[in-house]
Amino acid sequence: MPVLTYRDALGQALREEMQRDDRVFLLGEEVAEYNGAYKVSKGLLQEFGPMRVVDTPITELGFAGLGVGAAMVGLRPIVEFMTWNFALLALDQVVNSAAKTLYMSNGQFNVPIVFRGPNGTALQLAAQHSQAWESWLAHIPGLKVVAPGTPYDAKGLLKAAIRDDNPVCVLEGEMLYNTKGEVPDDDYVVPLGKADLKREGDHATIVTHGKMVLVAMQAADQLAKEGLRVDVVDLRTVRPMDTEAVYASVRKTNRCVVVEEGWELCGVGAQVVDYVQRDCFDHLDAPVLRVHQADVPMPYAKQIEKLAKPDVPKTIAAVKKVLYLE
Amino acid sequence: MATPTASANGATAVLDAPSHAPDPAGDAELNRALLRSMLLQRRFEERTAEAYAIGKIGGFCHLYIGQEAVSAGAMSVLRPDDYVITTYRDHGQALARGISARAVMAELFGRSGGVVGGKGGSMHLFDARTNFLGGHGIVGAHVPLGTGVAYAIKYRGGDQVCVCFMGDSVPNTGAFHEALNMAGLWKLPAVYVIENNRYGMGTAVDRASSIRDMYRRGDAYGIPNAECDGQDVFAVRAAMREAVDRARTEKVPTLLEVLTYRFMGHSMSDAVSGTYRSKAELDEELKRDPIVQLRARMQERGQIDDAGVQALDDEAKAEVQDAWDFADASPEPGPDALHDHVLVDTTS
Ligand SMILES: Cc1ncc(C[n+]2csc(CCOP(=O)(O)OP(=O)(O)O)c2C)c(N)n1
Repeated sequence: MPVLTYRDALGQALREEMQRDDRVFLLGEEVAEYNGAYKVSKGLLQEFGPMRVVDTPITELGFAGLGVGAAMVGLRPIVEFMTWNFALLALDQVVNSAAKTLYMSNGQFNVPIVFRGPNGTALQLAAQHSQAWESWLAHIPGLKVVAPGTPYDAKGLLKAAIRDDNPVCVLEGEMLYNTKGEVPDDDYVVPLGKADLKREGDHATIVTHGKMVLVAMQAADQLAKEGLRVDVVDLRTVRPMDTEAVYASVRKTNRCVVVEEGWELCGVGAQVVDYVQRDCFDHLDAPVLRVHQADVPMPYAKQIEKLAKPDVPKTIAAVKKVLYLE
Repeated sequence: MATPTASANGATAVLDAPSHAPDPAGDAELNRALLRSMLLQRRFEERTAEAYAIGKIGGFCHLYIGQEAVSAGAMSVLRPDDYVITTYRDHGQALARGISARAVMAELFGRSGGVVGGKGGSMHLFDARTNFLGGHGIVGAHVPLGTGVAYAIKYRGGDQVCVCFMGDSVPNTGAFHEALNMAGLWKLPAVYVIENNRYGMGTAVDRASSIRDMYRRGDAYGIPNAECDGQDVFAVRAAMREAVDRARTEKVPTLLEVLTYRFMGHSMSDAVSGTYRSKAELDEELKRDPIVQLRARMQERGQIDDAGVQALDDEAKAEVQDAWDFADASPEPGPDALHDHVLVDTTS
């Protein structure tokens, strides 16, 4: 099977979907002539022309709204945010226009749009360029929120998002673009709303998504060396959340750790803990623990940036704690 | 309306001529239809205020009384396959676009027979049948949406037009600037209509806008622009005709500022004249009631007599009464409606 980067897997998804359906078009800052700030849209302008690969002015609110309007009348726009940090300017359109139009119009107008771009903490980019937004978006009824952790999932989830008739936010791991993995040439989709058991074990469950899948897998490798086997449940889609997959694992292992890049308060992990305590209470042998970003804006300096971020050692420590080994 | 002329920078500016309506060629049938539309809107909203007072309508409710010539004039030049998108002050526009009074009133009553099944109320009227794309409540936010609709028209190579109505607060928002910049840049078939009723809630235009002539903002985006008298339905029609033709055939947007006035308060919680405008000003504006003016013009031309006006008015009142009765009889949405239409069911 071909090995591709996460970046090229996403690019392949865009190309295949644009070939398949001429209603699909891509717009955003630098997506066309520059080939995308992160090079995901490389070559698309040449293949599809400037009406379908559209360089926009630096106007997140404006072009996100333009996409919503186009989607309301039957096109299938893909709005690229250079990073989700800048999408805050467009959040009104994502939340008040894209997510609510179907409901407000009582089913008359749906908004088949994809908002996508790099998300999550990066390296030494400091407070405004290094943060994770999934809990904000997952709060909103009317949106779907996906966060692929591998190149395979990146292609399949993006294709599913483009074909979905709802607004879907695709949160790509900013630090994942160069990671590699097997990606079939075929036209496959990874269904939205289905988690994936990325690794099997019976001592504890790690629930995670997005870039933290990598961290959880590395933690699992190291734990295995100590004879501790963990399940890694990759949510893949944060909203709607595949609670059954989480429950099945927790009922098997009886212990759970949630790892995410976002902040603690009202984070995705908080929701997982709520579901688990509600539906797996009798199966739990320890309180559910969480690994997340420190409750601070991201600092620049390497040493304290590391302290702020969830990582492999913190994940291992949390797993050992739910196993009462530390 | 003044004629746009090419200016040095390539944008189209408008000559400073007083706006006056061309003679409407005495089309009696058309004028009756315009008068009928405006009367229906007026009578509908008078009853809306009454229904609000007795608790049949709740929430925010923004009446359009005084501005009916804008909706009637604008809609009268559109084709059925054109698109309309607007703000929360949408009852009159919905009626003028041809959405049934029954469905609008039932919506205000929060009933399942409403145009969006009771999900939207006053501010969120949507109707796919007439390409009426809402009914949006965040000031300025629908302007990028209308621009996207125009983008979709261009994408498909169609010759429809998207008309985007907005209040006078909107040109001060970032959404407006971002959207019009793209519309000018990409030459999109949109007509942006600023309904300048002189106030955004209680803030007079000159306390909110750095320039008084809002249509001139079009120059900043290379967008042809003009203003017209919004109390004169013929002036609105003429200006809209020109803008819509330009969008349809030349594929360029227009920014049109329509000078109008709202006779009622901003919303139901705002008294008719409020503290922010004088009774004298309101009285002065009431003399330019667009319905009275149209009726007078038609009578001058012998296109209608008193009895004819009375008959149209009675018809409008009867239609509104029928809408009220329909709304009253329409069932409340059932509990299953609560979770309907959050997402489209798709198995991708
Ligand atoms: C972004 C935003 N800010 C504030 C409001 C509250 N608000 C609703 S209507 C309105 C006044 C808008 O005035 P204008 O655009 O002139 O339209 P008009 O009401 O006169 O039709 C305000 C401030 C809002 N809905 N959205």
